[in-house]
Amino acid sequence: MINSDIKNLLNSSNGKKIATRAAYGSALAELGEVNEDIVVLDCDLSKSTKTSLFAEKFPERFFNFGVAESNMMSAAAGFATMGKIPFVSTFSVFASKRACDQVSISVAYPGLNVKICATHSGITVGEDGATHQAIEDVAIMRSIPGIKVFSPADATETKKVIEKIIDLKGPCYVRLCRGSVPVIFNDDYEFEIGKGIKIMEGDSATIVAAGFTTHIAIEAAKKLEDEGIEVDLINMASIKPIDENIVVESAKKTGLVVTVEDHNVIGGLGSAVCELLCAKNPARVIRLGVQDKFGTSGDPSVLVSAYGFDSDSIASAVKENLRYK
Amino acid sequence: MDSNLKKMLEQKARDIRVDIINMLCAAGSGHPGGSLSIADIFSYLYFSGILNIDPADPGKENRDRVVLSKGHACPVLYATLAMKGYFDRSELKTLRKYGSILQGHPDMNKTPGVDISTGSLGQGLSCAVGMALGAKLDKNDIKVFAIVGDGECDEGQIWEAVMSASHYRLDNLIAIVDLNGLQIDGFTKDIMDTSPMAEKWSSFGWKTFEIDGHNYDMIEEAVKKGISVKGKPVCIIARTTKGKGVAFMENICDWHGTAPDKEQKEKAISDINKACL
Ligand SMILES: Cc1ncc(C[n+]2csc(CCOP(=O)(O)OP(=O)(O)O)c2C)c(N)n1
Ligand SMILES: [Mg+2]
Repeated sequence: MINSDIKNLLNSSNGKKIATRAAYGSALAELGEVNEDIVVLDCDLSKSTKTSLFAEKFPERFFNFGVAESNMMSAAAGFATMGKIPFVSTFSVFASKRACDQVSISVAYPGLNVKICATHSGITVGEDGATHQAIEDVAIMRSIPGIKVFSPADATETKKVIEKIIDLKGPCYVRLCRGSVPVIFNDDYEFEIGKGIKIMEGDSATIVAAGFTTHIAIEAAKKLEDEGIEVDLINMASIKPIDENIVVESAKKTGLVVTVEDHNVIGGLGSAVCELLCAKNPARVIRLGVQDKFGTSGDPSVLVSAYGFDSDSIASAVKENLRYK
Repeated sequence: MDSNLKKMLEQKARDIRVDIINMLCAAGSGHPGGSLSIADIFSYLYFSGILNIDPADPGKENRDRVVLSKGHACPVLYATLAMKGYFDRSELKTLRKYGSILQGHPDMNKTPGVDISTGSLGQGLSCAVGMALGAKLDKNDIKVFAIVGDGECDEGQIWEAVMSASHYRLDNLIAIVDLNGLQIDGFTKDIMDTSPMAEKWSSFGWKTFEIDGHNYDMIEEAVKKGISVKGKPVCIIARTTKGKGVAFMENICDWHGTAPDKEQKEKAISDINKACL
């Protein structure tokens, strides 16, 4: 299920790296063949969100709304009432903030079958800077009743998520990224809504990651392993509903949880983990990610270090907190 | 327009264009097309003396305001501000790098001379409406200029701003639409047709001028007439060429958001110097 070479994957230069937005575009283009109800909506960003791959094959089922995200989002709701399966794409900042009320009232309140697949999430957008770096999208979407939130870690998982949500009746938000990431999962991996998956196992600590940060967390877990510290590494693509069981069981075993997200630590994956552990199994949780400040322009890897969720920061966070166990 | 002034503005525009190309090449990403299309308008605004501003005192109380609503075109703003003396030109090569005062989209707290942060299209014109209202409230006789993209006009918020500006008779507000006919996914007429642009603004109660945005006589006439209009806001619809001055970028969609490499940079700079001889 998991690439057997996972531990070497990250430094091998010949390892394939694919952006999850690219995997999304290809998946849509494939699914468009078998499901004629799929329509795709975009706001003048189809070359970046990769919905252009669908648009080229099915121009009659592709609708470009220009730079008008709120109009697009409510139009998607309308499409859904006509029995279509609308996939709505733009950058995550615009899907979550520009069209927030439309997501809430047009889509979520009536529970319509709209798939919001937004790209360029997190500060790893890089050079475009704060205005284009979604650090609140998970918090916003997670807090809207009825919206499921998925954050796939690689190309394989993205494809599986997209295939899965076709059969899901109701709204969901899929968080995709700009930058390329190694392929972590093999084709036989099955994504399940509400389930996380353990990528590595150990007793010292639990690391929970999702999306762009999963491969960084693998790198960190490897560094720790080299120092004799073995951790549970949980990939949590299903942020809502979250896999309570896998987190609780691991936290019971290790007594220390570190969450890693390319998102504000308020309201995202870290918060979701805290919420469930508070109720089920209180444990020390260290939330790595954007510490409640705006992003900034810069090379993505420079930003990941500067904002403190590169592999060294993750490894240090684990080591520094072992003594509290 | 006075011919010496015109020569000077043309030279400034050339320098701005060269700086745009250089800074984008150094950054390795960013938006050349929509920066080049409004370089002549920026040259006129900042170097003709029409704006009451002071680079030595960027926060001067009664200064005129400039809002780059189409924030992705900030290279033209940064190049102009540096040339005007708001900050050292050496900063230009730090564009989009970690720690730079020159962010990928304008940040009013990082860059001297930037009056408001923009980057999410459609919001800048509303900010300009607020500035114009605030100035009126204080009986502060300043002008507010807002540069809006034609693709940006797809946003509903633009039309909310347009409606409110005429409702409040904001004759201290001048919007300039950079009508270059292109957005990211293609020509505006194919992606989302915003024509007829002038009719839309005038039907919302604005005084409109349609000009060639690369013609200094027309730019000057429209801005000067615009300033003297009373009782309603003014929109200058400037027909431009996206990528203007760099032959291989002109009217080519893919140069919206792609930076030139070193070779393309040399070619571009020679184009700019040739095109304007
Ligand atoms: C709200 C919002 N949606 C989408 C974008 C992404 N985007 C940046 S530029 C652009 C096209 C803008 O076209 P136009 O206003 O015509 O700009 P110009 O041609 O002058 O470069 C888009 C869609 C954005 N910055 N803001
Ligand atoms: Mg345009």
